[in-house]
Amino acid sequence: MKPWPPSAARQSLISCLSCELLSKAPVNLDDHLRMRCPRCGATLHARKPNSLARTWALVIAAFIFYIPANVLPIMTVTSLGKTQSDTIMSGVAYLLLHGMWPLALLIFFASVVVPLLKLVILVYLLISVQLRSRWRPRDRTRLYRITEAVGRWSMVDIYVVTILVALVHLGNLATIRAEVGAVFFGAVVVITIFAALTFDPRLIWDRLEQPHE
Amino acid sequence: MTEQTFIACHECDLLQQFKPPPLDGSARCPRCGAVLHRSKRDSLNRTLALNLAGLILFAVANAFPFLAFEMQGQVTQTRLFTGVSDLYQQGMWGLAALVLLTTIIVPAVQLTLMLYMLVPLKVGRAPQHLAGVLRLLQNLTPWGMMEVFMLGILVSVVKLAGMATIVPGLALWAFGLLIFVLAAAAASLDPHLIWEKVRYVS
Repeated sequence: MKPWPPSAARQSLISCLSCELLSKAPVNLDDHLRMRCPRCGATLHARKPNSLARTWALVIAAFIFYIPANVLPIMTVTSLGKTQSDTIMSGVAYLLLHGMWPLALLIFFASVVVPLLKLVILVYLLISVQLRSRWRPRDRTRLYRITEAVGRWSMVDIYVVTILVALVHLGNLATIRAEVGAVFFGAVVVITIFAALTFDPRLIWDRLEQPHE
Repeated sequence: MTEQTFIACHECDLLQQFKPPPLDGSARCPRCGAVLHRSKRDSLNRTLALNLAGLILFAVANAFPFLAFEMQGQVTQTRLFTGVSDLYQQGMWGLAALVLLTTIIVPAVQLTLMLYMLVPLKVGRAPQHLAGVLRLLQNLTPWGMMEVFMLGILVSVVKLAGMATIVPGLALWAFGLLIFVLAAAAASLDPHLIWEKVRYVS
């Protein structure tokens, strides 16, 4: 691989993540704590503070919430006295049984695969940074980018529940209630969005600049 | 003030010379491939126009029912806000807040702040707190989820189509258009152009 010039941080420069202005890093370490961008006023950090620890904490929290989100029902349909609770997977199964397989596939991807994949990718990135991996940094950065972009689509199931609840309340005829699984699921989506925001992809590249030991 | 000549990639921190991207094109980081800048023809005017259209569509999408549900003679009409208030009434205030934030509050704040920022810039003045507003807009980006909500509507319609008659309302069309207008507005904004107009704090 051809050698790249050193990163901004190596040359004592801090790049503002909001407006991209480069500032000189202060010599005095204490000044690092509350340094603001002279142009836009954003707090400056050479790297996102405690990125690895924070991302780990959020990823673990999301994994924990992922279980009740999938096991507990997300909604209950009451129709003519009959009550039926649906989890995410039973909702997918219902769609499959009724021949709506493109929709089943969509919900399965958005609600089951995407959150899990996002968490697995973040764990992989965290571990690869901690093991000082030098393996394919460009592809790992791309993985991060995908994780960041795709997570929002998991919200689709939350919105479906919201819309069904709003549309179907016809008294005894048919009523739909949101259930606690949806709360956990919403929490998973929000926490994983935060996790992607706290991870600093520049850490992937920092490891390449450190000489072999 | 001197023109900024060096930038660092926000994804890999590579220090590089700032090269303005070709018109209607983008500049990428040579090391990690991150998109550094996009240049848009007539960025300010386009973004302003699209945001005005967006605000009108957003008002329509919120004011009118977007779906009506008819089953055995009973009709329920739904506005955007109905789902939020129903969730709240069922005791799911956390979910209600999440839906309210991502589909109503954040898009409303985004559209309003964009106009607050772009109208003065259009007439050649920098609005007060320009840097703070643009920073807030950038931080809000992940939380506006109109396009995901639209997908949610489509899924719900297909799901219910078998058991009842679904009547699309005026707001649904406004909503569908809004998605494209918002996407175009986001793509036409060149933040670099605006940051250059920010006067230094110190």
